[in-house]
Amino acid sequence: MPEPMLRLSGLEPFVLTPDIPFVNVGERTNVTGSARFRKLITNRDYAAALDVARDQVENGAQIIDVNMDEGLIDSRQAMIDFLNLIAAEPDIARVPIMIDSSKWEVIEAGLKCVQGKPVVNSISLKEGEAAFIEQATLCLAYGAAVVVMAFDENGQADTLERKIEICARAYRVLTEKVGFPPEDIIFDPNVFAVATGIEEHDNYGVDFIEATRWIRQNLPHAHVSGGVSNLSFSFRGNEPVREAMHAVFLYHAIQAGMDMGIVNAGQLAVYDQIDPDLRDACEDVVLNRTPAKGTPTENLLDIAERYRGTGREEKQRDLAWRDWPVEKRLEHALVNGLTEFVDEDTEAARQAADRPLDVIEGPLMAGMNVVGDLFGAGKMFLPQVVKSARVMKQAVAVLLPYMEAEKDGGREAAGRVLMATVKGDVHDIGKNIVGVVLACNNYEIIDLGVMVPPQKILEEAKAHDVDVIGLSGLITPSLDEMVHLAAEMERVGFDIPLLIGGATTSKVHTAVKIAPQYQRSQAIYVTDASRAVGVVSALLSQTRRDGYIAEIRTEYDEVAARHEAAERAKQRLPLAAARANAMQIDWTGYHVPAPQFIGPRPVEDWDLAEIARYIDWTPFFQTWELKGVYPRILEHETYGAAAKSLFADAQAMLERIIDEGWFVPRAVVGFWPANREGDDIRLFADTARSATLNRLHTLRQQTSKRGDRPNLALADFVAPPGVEDYVGGFVVTTGPEEIAIAEKFEAAGDDYSAIMVKALADRFAEAMAEMLHQRVRRDFWGYAPKEAFAPADLIGEPYRGIRPAPGYPAQPDHTEKTTLFQLLEAEKHTGVSLTDSMAMWPGASVSGLYIGHPEAYYFGVAKVERDQVEDYAARKGMEIAEVERWLAPVLNYRPGKSPAMAAE
Amino acid sequence: MLNFSLPPSPAHNALIRAASERILILDGAMGTMIQTLNMTEEDFSANGHIHGPGCRHHPSDHPQKGNNDLLVLTQPQAVEDIQLEFALAGADILETNTFSSTTIAQADYGLEGAVHDLNVAGAQVARRAAQRAEAQDGKRRYVAGAVGPTNRTASISPDVNDPGFRAVSFDDLRIAYGQQIDGLIEGGADLILIETIFDTLNAKAAIFAAFESFAKHGQRLPIMISGTITDASGRTLSGQTPTAFWHSVRHARPFTVGLNCALGADAMRPHLAELAGVADSFICAYPNAGLPNAFGAYDETPDETAALVEVFARDGLINIAGGCCGTTPDHIRAIAERVAAHPPRRQKEKAVA
Repeated sequence: MPEPMLRLSGLEPFVLTPDIPFVNVGERTNVTGSARFRKLITNRDYAAALDVARDQVENGAQIIDVNMDEGLIDSRQAMIDFLNLIAAEPDIARVPIMIDSSKWEVIEAGLKCVQGKPVVNSISLKEGEAAFIEQATLCLAYGAAVVVMAFDENGQADTLERKIEICARAYRVLTEKVGFPPEDIIFDPNVFAVATGIEEHDNYGVDFIEATRWIRQNLPHAHVSGGVSNLSFSFRGNEPVREAMHAVFLYHAIQAGMDMGIVNAGQLAVYDQIDPDLRDACEDVVLNRTPAKGTPTENLLDIAERYRGTGREEKQRDLAWRDWPVEKRLEHALVNGLTEFVDEDTEAARQAADRPLDVIEGPLMAGMNVVGDLFGAGKMFLPQVVKSARVMKQAVAVLLPYMEAEKDGGREAAGRVLMATVKGDVHDIGKNIVGVVLACNNYEIIDLGVMVPPQKILEEAKAHDVDVIGLSGLITPSLDEMVHLAAEMERVGFDIPLLIGGATTSKVHTAVKIAPQYQRSQAIYVTDASRAVGVVSALLSQTRRDGYIAEIRTEYDEVAARHEAAERAKQRLPLAAARANAMQIDWTGYHVPAPQFIGPRPVEDWDLAEIARYIDWTPFFQTWELKGVYPRILEHETYGAAAKSLFADAQAMLERIIDEGWFVPRAVVGFWPANREGDDIRLFADTARSATLNRLHTLRQQTSKRGDRPNLALADFVAPPGVEDYVGGFVVTTGPEEIAIAEKFEAAGDDYSAIMVKALADRFAEAMAEMLHQRVRRDFWGYAPKEAFAPADLIGEPYRGIRPAPGYPAQPDHTEKTTLFQLLEAEKHTGVSLTDSMAMWPGASVSGLYIGHPEAYYFGVAKVERDQVEDYAARKGMEIAEVERWLAPVLNYRPGKSPAMAAE
Repeated sequence: MLNFSLPPSPAHNALIRAASERILILDGAMGTMIQTLNMTEEDFSANGHIHGPGCRHHPSDHPQKGNNDLLVLTQPQAVEDIQLEFALAGADILETNTFSSTTIAQADYGLEGAVHDLNVAGAQVARRAAQRAEAQDGKRRYVAGAVGPTNRTASISPDVNDPGFRAVSFDDLRIAYGQQIDGLIEGGADLILIETIFDTLNAKAAIFAAFESFAKHGQRLPIMISGTITDASGRTLSGQTPTAFWHSVRHARPFTVGLNCALGADAMRPHLAELAGVADSFICAYPNAGLPNAFGAYDETPDETAALVEVFARDGLINIAGGCCGTTPDHIRAIAERVAAHPPRRQKEKAVA
């Protein structure tokens, strides 16, 4: 069993291991020992008082002693206040606290404020064994080590014998009656002043040192500590001598086993560096040695005057960072949570900046980003980040008056934003930072704090007539709270934007879960504080709001759709289950007219000017990587001009195409009696439907569907046997002429026109498909003879029926084109052929099927499973491997040996 | 009154023996299991009539949906069935469904007056599940009275502009925890599990309250203490390192110390290893089923979680393993199967008694 050791903690652990000869307990935060600290506390200057504590830790104090025993202040309350403040200062709170008071009620109040394992200083037998046991028992229950003073019912121990007697008794009581761990007992055998001129005091130093030696040898695992400054009490005002006395005393006491002491960590002479005369004189006093002449006290008094005032200055803190550029200084202050210089640095930055706001958006935000990065990387932790936020706040406070002045007096808020951390969540740093940043930008902030129930958020939002609500949360249950609040806003009838932020929130969650609950306005995810101003200003701008919300809505719809697709991709249905969920069209009473002809028929009466009217220009601009909807794109802020000039060039070439007849469009269209047959479409040679002409094969969605949405295959849109239905097919092409024309432009070095003619040829082919489809609906098949959409209206596909193309999402199998081309005798009628990879040549060609049922719509098959591929290959009479090759992009499995084959 | 001269409870020695012989299994997440039942406001509040076992009414105007602890009064069978599932999946220790059964946490639901009944019933429900499981397979089960962190922090100010402010005091917590622990003991809990500790001062108040309760009941129950490392800094929310945390709670002489929640097993490992390296009590780990995804749901499969927990066992880090958020009976079964092959961690020092 290893040696039990004293284990304490602040935010970080402290273990008094045998290699640590001596533990420095910082004494400057002790009102009885430091006049300066006493003044700070009585004046309630806690900020400066904290600096004292911080300095001690910086100077190497491993524990800090806090003592508030001052008659003029409420010691208990001062202890509570100061310990609570220390808890918010990570660079102080990292070390354990020694809670120091002569009053038990002050000690107990302090014990209730520290999360680490502290040391109580002190308890004793002064008021008898019963009180001692009770206090020790409580210390044990609060989880503290104790300093036990050598003090009993008869008073403080002064001689070696008394010290030993009391410590031995206390040790017995603690270990045997209380069950106190011996390693958590620290004896203070009383350091008394020496060199007082009173003879009885002369041996006090020796008595302490010898008592220490005895305790360490006879009371296992216990430690020895003492308040060293008492020793030199008679030399008050002569710091160099006091320091030397302390150093000499410690040197000898530590050798005897004193392993802890309350000392001024910033003011401790090094034994070896003390002037030998002074050291010898001190040693005589401390060790009560008889010098060659005179008495030790007289000798020390004699030489003491020589050293007065030569003491070293208090060790300087490292202030090298003060020489850095102001941006770096601000960053340093933010990262280290230092408020001391932030006012002057902020002012310096303000004078260098054009506008006070630039300081916030520039160096201060940059510094906070560093804080964010360090936090994310685990190099800072929460209490430190809170401090950074406070520094930020103080810096902003410096700037605020200037920002107000900039507004010519009248400060009218740009808008009112309510901020709250949702119910069940206590995290609010991010929220506060956002609040600060928004406030700096002239928004009025109503901050409801943390753990705010939804009713209160809504009530306060109404009461203050706010323009925006911002919600924050860090833990996952907060996500549900936000969803709930969004739903409540919808229900109650709010129409103001809702901002979502905090560590667990995400754009995806906002888009998928929160935004759909709140359709009256928009829920918007805000990545970080730096984005908040942009978002809020867009939302509150009369001119930009609608466009901005529309953009967000579109984006979130896409995010939601992508997410849904991704989720679906995770859950596939077996083919049988997908088929069971096929679309169930009610075919009873369905009647569709028979087309004017059965079989293929070429269409040759094309008018280029007429086709041009059917062109959808939006994809044309996409070809040129200009994203936007025609005709609005022509007015676009940044690339409207480019779009206009491009469009003008296109119109000029279009005119030549039409006038000079550059393209010779061709097409073929055909119809066949058809019925659904499982997932396939059976085509008949004639209307008697007696002989099968061919089969069109279709693939079925295998994604798991939400609600009552079906698992579609194109075959679902075709009537089953017994109902007379038809399917059509087509191929259109602008013709091969564009190729030669483009080559001519290229040869002339006019790449722009070469690309232009190809882009226009593609548009012509698409326009032909649109135009032909309309003729099919009105005339050739004639199920919508009275349809009267203008060409521009057709872009939204408002009409009945679809024209899905093989190789596209509704039927990802390109090889179905072979069947289509064969049925249409496409090559003969249009000159379009299929390459080995099933591409159409010439490129400006479009093909597809015609399906006429009013409920038919475009969909994506998405990923398919092995069971469907095997079934499909069997239906098509193709090798599985070949089907897998053609369907590679949509396979939801890795092709290879099937499980069934592997089992053979 | 507050000392270790109290006799240990009967389960105490049995648990110490069992935990020295094999890795014991703690159950999984109650909250995420309850979520899957899709209960309504009516289910939670039993159609608006919240009443305890003795038909004592606890009227409240607040909606109760989400007040999972209330289910021990309004849907005790559902809670018992979940606990039974965990027990049959291999859990030796069943947690009571009392994570938020303090006056402080129940204030959100206006049910401060119900906390005694919640804790008594919480322990009784878990005990019934334990007895049913014992009747089926003859293996002894233990009931751990779950004591959560509450929703307030005693050493962190909720107001950034007033760092010295505290929304809750040590004594507020001590009194609230005392009521809870009294109820749990009255209901028959074998141990007290102080869990999901993000502020150690809260936990210290709970330890203090446990001592007071034990003194009142004349015997000492084993205490399990479980901290939560919340972020990449590897510290508790209140800023302590795992070792500093251990030093702060060691005076409880806990049956186990360990970690739960916040991180999945993977991310928990280094912090658990640190704790296992310094603590002289048994070590207990019950991680989440990975990190929550964008929707707050947990994706790790039973096999994945169990494989990670098995590494804890293989490396000799644990004496007790279980699951926190997102872990189902399947997770617990997988963990139990995987760790069974490994011996428990050997105590650093002699068993804490």
